[in-house]
Amino acid sequence: MSKIYASYNNIISSLGFDSQTVVQNIHNENSGLRLIDDKDLLPDPFYSSIINTEDLYADFKQLNNEGQFTRLEQMMISSLSKVIKASKTPLTNRVGLIISTTKGNIDALNKNNEFLKERAYLSSLGKVVKETLGFKNDAIVVSNACVSGILSIAIAKRYINHGTYDDVFIVSGDMVSEFIITGFNSFQALSNEPCKPYDKDRTGVNIGEVAASILVTNNEKGLPKEAVAILGEGSCNDANHISGPSRTGEGLFRSVQSAFKEGNVTHTDIDYISAHGTATLFNDETESIAFNRLNLNKVPLNSLKGYFGHTLGASGLVETIVGMYSLQNNTLYTSLGFKEPGTSKPLNIITKTTPKQLNIFLKTASGFGGCNTAVIFQKVK
Amino acid sequence: MESGFYIKSFCHIKDHKVSLNGSVIYDDKDALDFLEFIKAAYRSFDIKYPKFFKMDGLSKLAFLASDLILQKEKLNIEDENNIAIVFSNKSSSLDTDEKHQESIQNKDNYYPSPAVFVYTLPNICIGEISIKYKLHSENSFFIFDSFNAEYLSDYTNSLLLANKADEALCGWVEFDGVAYDAFLYLVSKEGTTTHTKQNIVNLYNT
Repeated sequence: MSKIYASYNNIISSLGFDSQTVVQNIHNENSGLRLIDDKDLLPDPFYSSIINTEDLYADFKQLNNEGQFTRLEQMMISSLSKVIKASKTPLTNRVGLIISTTKGNIDALNKNNEFLKERAYLSSLGKVVKETLGFKNDAIVVSNACVSGILSIAIAKRYINHGTYDDVFIVSGDMVSEFIITGFNSFQALSNEPCKPYDKDRTGVNIGEVAASILVTNNEKGLPKEAVAILGEGSCNDANHISGPSRTGEGLFRSVQSAFKEGNVTHTDIDYISAHGTATLFNDETESIAFNRLNLNKVPLNSLKGYFGHTLGASGLVETIVGMYSLQNNTLYTSLGFKEPGTSKPLNIITKTTPKQLNIFLKTASGFGGCNTAVIFQKVK
Repeated sequence: MESGFYIKSFCHIKDHKVSLNGSVIYDDKDALDFLEFIKAAYRSFDIKYPKFFKMDGLSKLAFLASDLILQKEKLNIEDENNIAIVFSNKSSSLDTDEKHQESIQNKDNYYPSPAVFVYTLPNICIGEISIKYKLHSENSFFIFDSFNAEYLSDYTNSLLLANKADEALCGWVEFDGVAYDAFLYLVSKEGTTTHTKQNIVNLYNT
């Protein structure tokens, strides 16, 4: 089986509109989280990382697309068009398109929204992205809760392995909407301060928004410097509870094992873990149990939720992209918000930006419905 | 493309009828709506899983179709049953999305609830089935404009060929609040109908 790579990429976020700028901000420990006081979103103020609307509009306008586009469509099309351009990949019938999102244009369900309710269909979002950017194949929309972004990389790899495509462009995105904020608030899962993944005083999640895009390809020619090979992946269910993680971290444990087996690697090969770390009590605790069961407790680990918040269907992809630059720059980035250990099992949380020779990293995510995904990446150059 | 896999069994739930492997096993033309129909159908099969009544419409639909297929497998849930779940639909979790939206639409009548919000993700129905059958397996939920046998079969074959799963429960579970249509099938190394795009389309249309 030929190697498959995660290649050209882009992040549109409150920390910048290209991956390098975003990674530089993370290097400098700049967070995109701000206190948002917007009664249209939530009665009380909350912390979030939100893309500047004027900047987004200006960026999108440069593309000269005709027609009306929702905010999320602007985020996704702006992000993906940069990756298509940088990769110089012609959009033939051998090129697939995956869209990763949990809620898409869900704000179109609001009676006061300027767009019709039909725009809330995820297949409609797929069609808009496909047609605006000129893809030959219909979009495959992946909506698998908070693992969607990282699962999309596994799915792209599987379609390429199977011979369906040679190249797959993935664009992932979710917006901060009243729908999502009120839902997480009803769970009492929102923190009223910047989130503190794995910390003993952690008080819950911040929801944020990004659009992130990447090219997954079997073509080893012309890869960018940050490209990585996809060594193995797995996506296993907890089979325990629909809205809480398993106490033993069973699905996460099995996902990592599955990825290890396929990649023919062991825990000693992993230089860095880009974990999920939502900063809820249960999630972070469960991860600590799963990583200890896997003998990964000494491997440097971070959660990037302290920079972007939890960006839902995009989180796994945006965090993978930062991980790719971590390898390229041989630098471990700070797990922002962490001060003192707050899980029953020890973890090696990264507390400052640290130079270190890096070759292989593990990305994990978990989500509602008991889903978990793990993917292992190796530096190419 | 010949994959070496077969469609071992399949289940349809639509037009107020439930059929298994092509034979109608329950029908209720007089049912008022989806909810009345699916609850009566569930009771008729003597499944005894009270959590069913807490599920949203999409999960009820997916759960019942899956249960009718998996019952026949006589799985021992103490064993490792590596059955992947690969579902798809058009409307995602729209029915429940609208319920959550109603609960926040009016600031003077504001009642968002975690019990509703948790079902605003289509893959929750996969979680429900995984819990009942203790399936710690691969799962993914895709959204397509209409039933897409090609994307489903390519993905399922790739999972089975890579030994990520021994079998796969696949198909379409669509519910938009009024209209519903479930077609699920179990892909296995055993069976008589080969797992091809054309055979999937033929079965979907029966």
